[in-house]
Amino acid sequence: MSDHDYRPKSKVGQWFNDRLPLLTLANHLTDYPTPKNLNYWWTFGGILTFCLITQIVTGLTLAMHYIAHADMAFESVEHIMRDVNYGWLIRYIHANGASMFFLAVYIHIFRSLFYGSYKSPREIIWILGIIIYLLMMAAAFMGYVLPWGQMSFWGATVITNLFSAIPLVGEGIVTWLWGGYSVDNPTLTRFFTLHYLIPFLILGLVVLHIWALHVPGNNNPVGIDIKKPSKDTVPFHPYIVIKDGFALLMFMIVFAFFVFYAPNILGHADNYIEANPMVTPAHIVPEWYLLPFYAILRSVPDKLLGVVAMLSAILILAVLPWLDTSKIRSAVFRPLYKQFYWILVADVLILGYVGAMPAEGLYLLIARVATAYYFLHFLVILPVLGFKEKTLPVPLSITEPILGGSPNLAAARNKESKIE
Amino acid sequence: MSEKKTKRRDFLFTATTAVGAVGAAAVVWPMIDQMNPDASVKALASTEVDVSALTPGNTLTVLWRGKPVFIRRRTQEEIDEARSVKMEDLIHPEKDEDRAKNPEWLVMLGVCTHLGCVPLNDKGDYNGWFCPCHGSHYDTSGRIRKGPAPWNMEVPKYEFVNADTIKIG
Repeated sequence: MSDHDYRPKSKVGQWFNDRLPLLTLANHLTDYPTPKNLNYWWTFGGILTFCLITQIVTGLTLAMHYIAHADMAFESVEHIMRDVNYGWLIRYIHANGASMFFLAVYIHIFRSLFYGSYKSPREIIWILGIIIYLLMMAAAFMGYVLPWGQMSFWGATVITNLFSAIPLVGEGIVTWLWGGYSVDNPTLTRFFTLHYLIPFLILGLVVLHIWALHVPGNNNPVGIDIKKPSKDTVPFHPYIVIKDGFALLMFMIVFAFFVFYAPNILGHADNYIEANPMVTPAHIVPEWYLLPFYAILRSVPDKLLGVVAMLSAILILAVLPWLDTSKIRSAVFRPLYKQFYWILVADVLILGYVGAMPAEGLYLLIARVATAYYFLHFLVILPVLGFKEKTLPVPLSITEPILGGSPNLAAARNKESKIE
Repeated sequence: MSEKKTKRRDFLFTATTAVGAVGAAAVVWPMIDQMNPDASVKALASTEVDVSALTPGNTLTVLWRGKPVFIRRRTQEEIDEARSVKMEDLIHPEKDEDRAKNPEWLVMLGVCTHLGCVPLNDKGDYNGWFCPCHGSHYDTSGRIRKGPAPWNMEVPKYEFVNADTIKIG
């Protein structure tokens, strides 16, 4: 990388850059060599940055009108919807923005799983990503509590009660979280504070996530290490900027569809009823993006073990770089892993579906099988596959299969065409 | 290896770190404890309920410490059903005699011990309560019989102030 040789053209630029090398940073970001075969699945990093900024900006503006008090929160949200200029728009962007954020993050995570982006030397990027994902879930959960509707209240009750499963200190922790003997005003004010804080923590972690990414550089669909810069790379600007920009535009069309045409389709009607501690809604369901984990929680008949299973399902991802024993990154060259990958995708979708259904009869049975398979995938299939699988020949560079010279030219070419 | 002598500097270093750690903990504790129930929340610790209008077979739900409390005036059948259960059939064995001192009156927190939902009256496989959230069934004594909840619904501290009034807390 030519970062350190960079020298601004203007005298003023040089004077400034010698004192604070921001221009060197800007130059690094524009010239940053990127694999030239990145496909559209790689555009979700940029899309996620957009989602985070959207949530922060709309969140700040909503906070100017929202009142974090158990007696007034519900009304203040209706006030935002009816009285505040464009309040309805800002709130619908914020509420649907959370769903869009999770949609993008799931695609981003499953992109990593397919192309092995979590493997050496990118483990730290991956672990930072998992921490961001955990913080996103915390932020989304607490944000959902703020309108103080029935789902807000009972969602908060159920989720905080998960901590009561901890032996001995559980009840004390729950009382401490609540600031009382039930979810009430003290709970609401602290959730508001934390909901305000977390996005900025995420922002800091995103900086680290990108920093850690820029050390080894991007993985790519072929999953091989490439020389940088070389004929295998293109500068981030303008090539990737334009590609990311186009993908973002497509994403915003989907986003706008929900905001303008179906703003409540991802929510629950029960949340337009003010919180009532005397009545639990007939069917408590979390937001769609938490459903697979909710299904895992409910599939275990024991309270503590259910909570442990749910948390393990998320935390197991953090050790994934060491569970996957295969040296080959991209699923393109791993015929067996590719099949198991799609089974896992189906498994998670099934978990999401049964998570939304009542926990009884056939649904419960399906949830149990799918939960068992989820852990089987990470704890048994992935470690064993690395030793047993016969992988396909991997090209030595991105350009090689096109320009020739590979001993496995035909095979590589064949695979290369599949990528596109 | 040569014997390492404890120097004056080592002592100062350890002592400073120790005092620093104690000081940091002393500052952190108020930050943690401020989240525990405050004096105004604790002040609402007891409530008195007039139960004179409650007829057998009905339940009154009142709010105590932000949580619903079920006051059930049980029928003779419900009492018999609760008292005839064998201890070995229970997930969390408790005698009905210990849960309802006065058999006609069952007072308990209307909070499912699984994840805190409010169970529904007169529902479920055991003619008591049923939690709609994750499917826990409770009997006519509020004891868990089936489902993910680990314990019976909790009986709070309560007493009859007079024939018509129960004081909870």
